[in-house]
Amino acid sequence: MTVPAILFYVFGALAVLSALGMVLNVRNTVAAAMSLVVTMVSLAGIFVLLEAHLVAVIQVMVYGGAIVVLFLFVVMLLNLRSDDFAPGRARLQKLAGALLAIWLLARVSKGFVSFPPWPPLPPGFGGYRQLGVALYTDYVLLVEVVSLLLTAAIVGALILAKRRID
Amino acid sequence: MVPLEHVIGLSALLFGIGVIGVVTRRNLIVILMSIELMLNAANLAFVGFNRLWPGAPGENALDGQVFVLMVISVAAAEVAVGLGIVIAMFRNRDSVDIDDVSLLKW
Amino acid sequence: MPVEVIVKSLFILLVVVAGLAPVITWIERKQSAVMQDRIGANRADVAGLTVIGLLHPLADVIKLLTKEDVVPYGANRIMHLIAPVIAAVPAVVAYTVIPYGGVYTFGGETISLVAANPDWGLLYVFAIGSIATYGTVMAGWSSNNNWSLLGGLRASAQMISYEVTMGLSVVGIFMVFQTLQLQEMALAQDTTLRLFGFLERLFGVPVPALLGWIRIPAWGVFYQPLGFLMFLATIMAENKRPPFDTPEGESEIIAGYHLEYSGMRFGLFFMSEFIEVVVIAGLVTTLFLGGWSVPWLSQATIIGAISKLFNVEFATGICAIVHFLCFMLKVVVMIWLQMALRWTLPRFRYDQVMDLCWKIILPLSIANILVTGLVILLARGGA
Repeated sequence: MTVPAILFYVFGALAVLSALGMVLNVRNTVAAAMSLVVTMVSLAGIFVLLEAHLVAVIQVMVYGGAIVVLFLFVVMLLNLRSDDFAPGRARLQKLAGALLAIWLLARVSKGFVSFPPWPPLPPGFGGYRQLGVALYTDYVLLVEVVSLLLTAAIVGALILAKRRID
Repeated sequence: MVPLEHVIGLSALLFGIGVIGVVTRRNLIVILMSIELMLNAANLAFVGFNRLWPGAPGENALDGQVFVLMVISVAAAEVAVGLGIVIAMFRNRDSVDIDDVSLLKW
Repeated sequence: MPVEVIVKSLFILLVVVAGLAPVITWIERKQSAVMQDRIGANRADVAGLTVIGLLHPLADVIKLLTKEDVVPYGANRIMHLIAPVIAAVPAVVAYTVIPYGGVYTFGGETISLVAANPDWGLLYVFAIGSIATYGTVMAGWSSNNNWSLLGGLRASAQMISYEVTMGLSVVGIFMVFQTLQLQEMALAQDTTLRLFGFLERLFGVPVPALLGWIRIPAWGVFYQPLGFLMFLATIMAENKRPPFDTPEGESEIIAGYHLEYSGMRFGLFFMSEFIEVVVIAGLVTTLFLGGWSVPWLSQATIIGAISKLFNVEFATGICAIVHFLCFMLKVVVMIWLQMALRWTLPRFRYDQVMDLCWKIILPLSIANILVTGLVILLARGGA
């Protein structure tokens, strides 16, 4: 059990526990958002173990630092308190959800072939230089299209949240 | 480092938890957060596979990670628009419960 | 290898956190007093000796430790408990990538005086800074108080807006120094430039010999003056330093998000603000003011000059101490500048703060990136 393996299991367990904490937390929406942050950060730790350094930092910065803050902002703005299930339906829904998830898991795990061992990596793999070069030479069209998408999203969010269009 | 099956297993588990969240919760914001969880599970699978099959050095060696960046951008755009919808819905019906906006008969 | 990292981290903790942060509370009181033509706090004494008020930080710590810790009625206890910790830890941890000394070789062993030098050094500071948002937000929400909620809302919107512009303001510095590691940036600022060398690079006009001997240190502020101003403004807004402290606007929403905190929990918020002052000073020093390098005297010059009297090892040691003292001097100058800005400018209105970020600094920072790219392209011969 090398140190990366132990770290992977620790981060993985933390991610699963906090994901469960987010989904099963009925009373407090802000606590659910905090559990989501813990999931994001532990996933970023796993990304570092998988040699994706820039992606890990961007995950913490964008997901953990901006997107979940946006969720929290909306929760605090609308001053949302707790929500409850209607009693009879809750049990049926949870059962249906759990069965669906287990079925999905079984389908995916049936397709597991045995993978080859990890290959050695060239130096600088996953660093910002290689990723930057790849983004702006091979995938420059993708970057431009994503920027158009983000502009459309900004305009859409502004219009949706405005009080009156005048 | 753990074999790839464990990484993909973790990704599938997180995806399943996200599906439970989308199906069973009534609060629209928690549904949006569960969608984010599912996108994260997909990102983990991308990064895991990219580590296993990096591609020839110098050409397309970082395909998976580039795609993860695109997924993160798309998720950010979707969250912005989704939360705009939540605010508009709250302004109309004073609740973010999805059962209150269902106009279907059953 | 781990022992080295532990020693450096302990050094940072003892010198910066435990040493400098209480002194800054004294600096704030005394500097504001001098600027406002009054005496300031000088009553705390030990056996009748008041040392111009230097014992007030000690008195503050004793007072905060012995006060009662009040959790308001209806507050979420767990979040109320964790919020100061989440606010304080990123401020301390952000200091691990800031270099307080150069790279020295002691008889075959190279020591670099920075606790951690990862490949993506500066992005680490931004990522940790974005986690610090949660302490404020949780404090505002969990206090079951309208004023705290307002302060938390304002703080979350302000902090995530200024993270964007903070990152964009330093892209020019990344392009100039071609690296994200802070130690490499400080090493690259250790030399001097010719003052009129840009004539030769950009326009092809040879520099006349009369002006060619004027040299300036190769600091980031001379490469990127607009980037320096924008980075200083955005990082002060990110850490909610006055004049951007609408989340804790004392005259509007009482004390904002740390209204319902007392005792050492408030002390943690208080201390984290001052540790962030040191982090701002350290970051601006490393990126724009040359870091640990002495202006006009590169490391080789200093070691060469001292090793005429002593042997090379001792000269390297003295050079390390000189560099560290130079770094601390620049940090103190930046702290003084932040305190002067705090007590001079009135607080901005909230919509003015958001206007500044999105309508003024964001277009300017993008224009800065474009102009920097253009200049770098021309300086390399238009390849």
